[in-house]
Amino acid sequence: MTVADFTFYVFAVVVVAAGLFTVVSRNPVHSVLWLILAFLSSAGLFVLLGAEFVAMLLIIVYVGAVAVLFLFVVMMLDVDFAELKGEMAKYMPLALLIGVVLLMELGLVFGTWTFAENADGLRAAVTPEPAAVHNTRALGQLIYDDYIILFQLAGLILLVAMIGAIVLTLRHRTWIKRQDILAQMYRDPAKAMEVRDVKPGQGL
Amino acid sequence: MTSADFNILLPEIVLAVFAMAALMFAVYTGKDRTAPAILWATAAIFLVLALFIGINGDGAQAAFGGLFVDDAFSRFAKILILVSAAAVLVMSHDYMAKRDLLRFEYPLLVALAAVGMMVMVSAGDLLVLYMGLELQSLSLYVVASLRRDSAKSTEAGLKYFVLGALSSGLLLYGASLTYGYAGTTEFAGIIGAATAEDLPLGLLFGLVFLVSGLAFKVSAVPFHMWTPDVYEGAPTPITAFFATAPKVAAMALFARLVHDAFGGITAEWGQIVAFLSVASMFLGAVAAIGQRDIKRLMAYSSINHMGFALMGLAAGTAFGVQAMLVYMAIYVTMNVGTFAFILSMSRDGRVVTDIRALNQYSKREPLKALAVLVLMFSLAGVPPLVGFFGKFYVLRAAVDADMAWLAVAGVIASVIALFYYLRIVYYMYFGEETEALDSGMAPTQWALLMVAAAVMVLGVVNLFGIEGPAAAAASALVD
Repeated sequence: MTVADFTFYVFAVVVVAAGLFTVVSRNPVHSVLWLILAFLSSAGLFVLLGAEFVAMLLIIVYVGAVAVLFLFVVMMLDVDFAELKGEMAKYMPLALLIGVVLLMELGLVFGTWTFAENADGLRAAVTPEPAAVHNTRALGQLIYDDYIILFQLAGLILLVAMIGAIVLTLRHRTWIKRQDILAQMYRDPAKAMEVRDVKPGQGL
Repeated sequence: MTSADFNILLPEIVLAVFAMAALMFAVYTGKDRTAPAILWATAAIFLVLALFIGINGDGAQAAFGGLFVDDAFSRFAKILILVSAAAVLVMSHDYMAKRDLLRFEYPLLVALAAVGMMVMVSAGDLLVLYMGLELQSLSLYVVASLRRDSAKSTEAGLKYFVLGALSSGLLLYGASLTYGYAGTTEFAGIIGAATAEDLPLGLLFGLVFLVSGLAFKVSAVPFHMWTPDVYEGAPTPITAFFATAPKVAAMALFARLVHDAFGGITAEWGQIVAFLSVASMFLGAVAAIGQRDIKRLMAYSSINHMGFALMGLAAGTAFGVQAMLVYMAIYVTMNVGTFAFILSMSRDGRVVTDIRALNQYSKREPLKALAVLVLMFSLAGVPPLVGFFGKFYVLRAAVDADMAWLAVAGVIASVIALFYYLRIVYYMYFGEETEALDSGMAPTQWALLMVAAAVMVLGVVNLFGIEGPAAAAASALVD
């Protein structure tokens, strides 16, 4: 067993264990922490595969952004997970039954596992030879060159999601007083203050 | 990636850039005060692009290594989508403005949905298909719940979103199975793998899931459950939009997928589509009988019509695709006219959707009642109106493809459907006296109602020459 093999097994076991704990731990914050461990270990697996770029992406995007976002959501929203789980338990038998049926059906499909003749060749044809090109470059070539239309369409979809979120939730409240910074800055003592000479015993 | 690739995509790029520029403009200037201007500009740019596509398009070209296809079929569908979207935008202005719903995002979301639809009908790859579909669907989910203070509108949007997500899931599952077994997501590659002899079983599973996902988008039975609720809950102009352009796009995408990617196994998907067709025709005909709400009624009517359009597709021939395209063009025209009328239905400024409110309508508005009568007869397929020719076309396609049983089922279903279209006419001409509807109607709505009705009558001469382009479009898809 080489060092690489050993490292693989270490990372693989940690990923599976962390995934398991993500699901079963009672405290949602612990779940997120376990999830981060799972992400980090799978990043290690990617490095072993020679895909450093994806590994870095996993750490930066998933650990750095997504997991932290999860953590915020879990801590800020008062979601009663125990109650959610209680709801789930009610439907569990039915869900299990459907799951088992689906599994058996999938088993039937895999029983007659035949690919189209040239499927492997077609699959490999899209990407460049791994040894010839650096993987960051290969990804760039695919995302920003070959599949640029998909990339741009995905951008449009996100734009629509953003517009949608604003359209459906933003309300302009016209009846409340807002802070107008410019107006505040242009105020001077002459406008803001008035000196009155109050006569004793009379008031204003 | 060359400039030639981008040239092929020019209409889509222009529309997307317009939407983004108009968004910026509106946000930094008058916000909702600019909404009418943006609405008219969007409708105008739809028409200009339709004209551009109609004049400029020639032959078949593929961009980005086959990801995006521009051929006679996609051009036919795009023109239909753009023109119907423009018509719906124009006639919605009055309704939205009166009910304080005219926000500048509305025309822009419609424009972005149109970009998605144009990409859908030009898809040459499962990934592009999915991206286009999501761009369109996501915009539609948002506009469905545009009236956010109304529980029904919000419910419509949410229902549409959840069920739409489910159908996208089915579609993606099918796409991944197809990719797994065929080894490629490109239609040109899939058709090589999906041959009648030694067809991998996984590919067949993928096909079934893909078809289920698309059947949801065209609201074919048994994936129709969302349609009546969404149609009823969404603001009426949005309902009109749902009933026209997205249906054309989804149907065209359906045709492209089954012919471009699975053209080698016509028999396999033919039976699925035939089942969807029969079920939709009958459910659309029978379930609408009990409806009193005209928007729900139009929802079932559209399910019924989708059944007929699918019949053309089920034939699996070039003539079948031609019949489907002609049918969709006629269907869209009828729906634009009918919804122009429904948009004007109000009493003391409040929206009315109960069909009994139409009682004695002909006494007060003889011309409009006549136009609606023509449209209803045409929707029902009564000869000699144009709607009859649409049905006749798909029935002939089914008979030519040795599916006489399908044609017979179609005839029976259309006779059942006749009942509820005629009931509206009955209420208008012979109903009991009730409170009158408002007589006012926006000029654009009036014009579209009259034009649609006139087309239904005048089109019997030669269907405005639509057969030629439809035949060319069909032969671009099926050789």
